[in-house]
Amino acid sequence: MKAFVVTPVLLEQHKLSEEEYKKILSILGREPNWTELGMFSAMWSEHCSYKSSRIHLKKLPTTGPRVVQGPGENAGAVDIGDGLCAVFKMESHNHPSFIEPYQGAATGVGGILRDIFTMGARPIALLNSLRFGGLDSPNTRHLLKGVVAGIAGYGNCMGVPTVGGEIVFNDIYALNPLVNVFCLGIAKKDKLFLGKAAGVGNPVIYFGSKTGRDGIHGATMASDSFDEQAAQKRPTVQVGDPFTEKLLLEACLELMSGDCLVGIQDMGAAGLTSSACEMASREGTGIELELADVPRREPGMTPYEIMLSESQERMLMVAKAGREDEVISVCRKWDLDVAVIGRVTDTGKVVLKENGQVVAEIPAKALADDAPRYDRPSAPPAYQEMLQALNYDALPDVKDANVALLALLDSPTIASKRWIYEQYDHMVRTNTMVRPGSDAAVLRVKGTKKALALSVDCNGRYCLLNPYEGAKIAIAECARNLACAGAEPIGVTDCLNFGNPQRPEVMWQFVLAVEGLKDACEALQVPIVSGNVSLYNETNELSIYPTPMIGMVGLIEEAERTVTQWFQHPGDVILLLGKTREDLGGTEYLKVLHHREQGSPPFLNLQDEQAVQACAIRLIRAGVVQSAHDCSDGGFAVALAECCISGPKEPVGAMVQLPLNGLRRDALLFGESQSRILLSVKPEQAEAVLSQILDAGVPAAKIGAVGGSRLVIHVEGDRPTEGCTVDLDLNVLRDRWASAIPRALGQD
Amino acid sequence: MKIGIVVFPGSNCDHDCAYVFKDVLGQSVEMIWHKATLLAGLDAIVLPGGFSYGDYLRTGAIARFSPVMGAVRAFAEKGGLVIGICNGFQILLEAGLLPGVMLRNTSLNFICKDVYVKVENAATRFTHCCESGRVLRIPIAHADGNYYTDPVTLGGIKANAQVIFRYCTADGKVTPAANPNGSLDNIAGIMNADGNVLGMMPHPERSAESVLGNEDGRLIFLSMLSAFGTSEIQAGLVGA
Repeated sequence: MKAFVVTPVLLEQHKLSEEEYKKILSILGREPNWTELGMFSAMWSEHCSYKSSRIHLKKLPTTGPRVVQGPGENAGAVDIGDGLCAVFKMESHNHPSFIEPYQGAATGVGGILRDIFTMGARPIALLNSLRFGGLDSPNTRHLLKGVVAGIAGYGNCMGVPTVGGEIVFNDIYALNPLVNVFCLGIAKKDKLFLGKAAGVGNPVIYFGSKTGRDGIHGATMASDSFDEQAAQKRPTVQVGDPFTEKLLLEACLELMSGDCLVGIQDMGAAGLTSSACEMASREGTGIELELADVPRREPGMTPYEIMLSESQERMLMVAKAGREDEVISVCRKWDLDVAVIGRVTDTGKVVLKENGQVVAEIPAKALADDAPRYDRPSAPPAYQEMLQALNYDALPDVKDANVALLALLDSPTIASKRWIYEQYDHMVRTNTMVRPGSDAAVLRVKGTKKALALSVDCNGRYCLLNPYEGAKIAIAECARNLACAGAEPIGVTDCLNFGNPQRPEVMWQFVLAVEGLKDACEALQVPIVSGNVSLYNETNELSIYPTPMIGMVGLIEEAERTVTQWFQHPGDVILLLGKTREDLGGTEYLKVLHHREQGSPPFLNLQDEQAVQACAIRLIRAGVVQSAHDCSDGGFAVALAECCISGPKEPVGAMVQLPLNGLRRDALLFGESQSRILLSVKPEQAEAVLSQILDAGVPAAKIGAVGGSRLVIHVEGDRPTEGCTVDLDLNVLRDRWASAIPRALGQD
Repeated sequence: MKIGIVVFPGSNCDHDCAYVFKDVLGQSVEMIWHKATLLAGLDAIVLPGGFSYGDYLRTGAIARFSPVMGAVRAFAEKGGLVIGICNGFQILLEAGLLPGVMLRNTSLNFICKDVYVKVENAATRFTHCCESGRVLRIPIAHADGNYYTDPVTLGGIKANAQVIFRYCTADGKVTPAANPNGSLDNIAGIMNADGNVLGMMPHPERSAESVLGNEDGRLIFLSMLSAFGTSEIQAGLVGA
């Protein structure tokens, strides 16, 4: 090995601090060589080690009667009965998607899929949460098209349906878009596979694609802020090959149906380094690898490159000794590269050899678990008070409610996302009962009477204005989406996207958001079983809004007892559950009509929230609800319009009346008060349903009826001059809502 | 009835087709590996949807060279019933078992949505459970479903009633606006001259169960089954 001197410049390139380097010296008892330094750099990166977030994440509730596997493995798992469990996780691929949108997004999908099938689960659903800048920017249009095409290209080819998602457009994400992907699979409860290198002497087997020089230091890149030079990092983005991943999926599931596997883990961030040291560390064993046996794409690769490559579609497994041939024949059947590259040892160390010569030797646990943990300083930003100060008196109330409603339906954040989801195969595997476009996607679970409802959500603006309340609302709203499908929430995964943790104001946001998640999950009794943290989401020193994305899974006991958000039959009676307050802070209305992102996010009482949700679930399960839709972005008026125009069939109108009750008109129509759900019920059942709701202590009112070719909302003031009316033709509403995104992209 | 479902590397609707035939319709199903060269005891073969060999080249262009395709061809030449759905249709075109080619959708995007197709010929072993002119709602999911052929071939398949499905509006009008992908003459599915090989872009296996909100696609599978049920039905069919 060539002479090698660790310099401050070298440490800076590896994103290691002086202190961290001292810790490495004390772990090894000597200076690391080049390969070892690279391995520490990758494993101790923020992306792999969670060094800034770990002490806070410990506060999250992760247990519950249904939890089969909590955080710490490739994905979490919850029991859904019938001997099955739902295995799911959400992950970010923000930085790569900004540098190279198609491949960045595609490999994000590939990575999360591997996390799921590594557990022994067949992936049955993908969802995504995306954040972009405004569509008036050509670069944003380029990013959006690339990301959507990348997600479609990978997921469609894999034959895993992309059944839902959400997307927000806000300039704060213009130079740091977010691409978060959620995946769910189904596994037999007694056949979950973990990333464990158990059984000294067992073979360590590599299979999948060959290792190339792509993606070296991807994990470190993902733990860095961006500036104008970001494009130069393009070589750190990997190129995805969904066809190979499809073969890998089928080969894995075939291997897992037998009993020759001991443990398995995919090679994601930090590649072979992370899979080897994490598998050994979890089991307290060691791993010895012969790098000359690693299938490689090109000759002359150094140990450093082999260990830090993030080439996609690769797996590491530990098999039972003597069963190597079985494993190899299954991999060969699927035309995958496969090689026995090492053994499990009892040394507790990851030992790497090249043609028999030791080239690196590091305690596995030190790499995987002993990264420094930081309790970074936190303090509210100087601008926080200014953000929250919203002077209602200086804000003129809405004059023409028709104009305001159309403007909101035209906002890409609210408008129909059809242009996006039509590019995703959302039906393959024939489980999709409710397709994209309703509050939650619903999939039947074959072989059972059950269905699962899935939703992803987060309002980053709320989190900016109040990280604690914003995070609470993210959980509450996600659960409310599930409740509107009649599903009881059974598990959460999160993807916490924040700025640079070395800024006290970002840490302040992070810590409060985690508190909010904790309190909301505890109140709604739903555990967080997996997750991901993405920090350093800042470009040119501008951080994104704190965006703790939530993915939630709900269970429907009888698949047929689910409803969608759109009205079904003329004549049905419309009920509004929950209480409307003067919640204009942080609303889409305020942004679109008043160009302000200011105020306090809507008030949320978790007990009230739970009561509303429990009530909706009970009624839907009883079969007395025709449609259910949660009021969120754009408030009551937008939610009602969506009930009319978002269904797959011809739109259906509605006529409702609402008393102002001393509120502002805009707050009543467009305020985003929480814990509200719009139900439609058969007229003959309306009184009975309403009294059941009121008996449950949930505020509710009969507000009107479904029918006609217009949406009419009469707002009745305390005095005649105070009222206003929305009165719009359904075709006008639908055209505006349906064409907003294609129009913004120049494709209408 | 025994159905063979071919599994190419990259097939991803193979399980869905198996589920419909086996779990929904109670038939016997055999998954056929793409390296198989002998097919025995089958009543019908399904080439399912997906991305065979990744379809990084032209769709179906590699799959046509798969070892199993020789056996599929032999099966078809003996009059065996073959249905190719989506990627399966593309493979049948590339293999020359059906005439024409697939181009990229005019939008250049992958499109997944429900479409309406009109049954242009109900006197076939794949459609005889529908009345002629019946409109079916069936989803599509493809990036390359823009059917194209030369005018002479088109004239031939039209004259010979080999155009089985055409994209249409909900009330059965075959219009340019109802054409999702630019397909020539709104063609969504065609049959060979002998009437035993069908290729179609829409996915009937995705619309064959009430729990999925749509059972229109089931009519195609029921037609295939009853083609094997009673000889009286078979007798009245094209090419039977």
